[in-house]
Amino acid sequence: MTESAQPANSAASEGSRGPEGSGGSEGSGGSEGSGGSEGSGGSEGSGGAGGSGGSGGSGGSAGQSPRAATSPRPVRDGILLGLAVGVSGLAFGAAAVSAGLTVWQTCALSLLAYTGASQFALAGAIAAGGSLVAGTAGAILLGSRNSLYSLRLSGLLQVRGAARLLAALGVTDESTALALAQPGRAAARTGFFATFASLYLTWNAATLAGAVGAGKIGSSQSFGLDVIAPAAFLALIWPRLAAGWTERGVAAGGAAIAIAATPLLPPGAPIILAAFAALAGTLASRSATPS
Amino acid sequence: MSAAWIAVMSTAAGCYALKLAGLTIPERLLRDRRLRRFAEFVPVALLAALVAVQAGAKGSALVLDPARLAGLTGAVVALMLRAPFLVVILAAAVTAAVLRLAGIG
Repeated sequence: MTESAQPANSAASEGSRGPEGSGGSEGSGGSEGSGGSEGSGGSEGSGGAGGSGGSGGSGGSAGQSPRAATSPRPVRDGILLGLAVGVSGLAFGAAAVSAGLTVWQTCALSLLAYTGASQFALAGAIAAGGSLVAGTAGAILLGSRNSLYSLRLSGLLQVRGAARLLAALGVTDESTALALAQPGRAAARTGFFATFASLYLTWNAATLAGAVGAGKIGSSQSFGLDVIAPAAFLALIWPRLAAGWTERGVAAGGAAIAIAATPLLPPGAPIILAAFAALAGTLASRSATPS
Repeated sequence: MSAAWIAVMSTAAGCYALKLAGLTIPERLLRDRRLRRFAEFVPVALLAALVAVQAGAKGSALVLDPARLAGLTGAVVALMLRAPFLVVILAAAVTAAVLRLAGIG
């Protein structure tokens, strides 16, 4: 089960790398379903699904989209995902300024750190009156998941030199999810950069607006802005949850670990600790599917 | 440079370095089957953890915010109905906002 739930891109990268998994066979199974539908979750949505029509959850992305690298979908999906998620920069801008950061400091974080969870973690630590060192450490720790994302992406993106320096900035939960959801390497790369561009612009514009308007719009809670990020994350992993029991176990384990650790550790650390659920899932699926 | 600026720039530098590291590490590392599988599971685990923490915690305290939980329930319902991404987000935000307007949460 977990075997077939491997995301499409792994098939793609495998194919690109050598003889082992001639892309086609491995990618056409349940794997593409999981990967592909994740794209739909994150995207389709927003766009009403253009040509391929489709209901996000159908899991039938495998069949409906040939491995057309030039399909416009990753671009449209990435742009729409970036717009939808980037708006929550409003909440960050407002939160950071109300925590005591200046508008410039707030914008610098969005421009240079460009990773929402870490930014919220730093703002939260400052708001809570914690030490700046602990706040910084927690924020960076939380950003370490991006290393695993970019490790995952490096085979797909194949970037060198200046392009690599630029691409590194763009590694986020969203760009990773959208890239991994694409059926092939070219589409993954296109989707990654489309998401990056759209999300970067929207996130930074929204940050500025939120920071400047912080005093005026009052609490982000009154608009329900604080549930945007978790709802977006939920939508992004939803198709993975449909992919198999191992994925569901990993997700449940990660959530349980994080909640259990929250009262004990500084903000940010419980998220990192949740990686143990991925480790457990790796070991479990390995023993379950010898090959 | 104020302490806050140092924290901001350190966070930015650290977060960027972590992103770059993964793109720079030799690709052959990913040929390891277990590492690849692990890298596939990591986003699932961490995103689920983020959802859980953002749903049920404030700082280091576990909190029960009915409006937030209802908002996420709205998102789950929308997802089960196979709603588009934006509808899922709107369902969550509107549900939470309406409950708060009504004085709940």
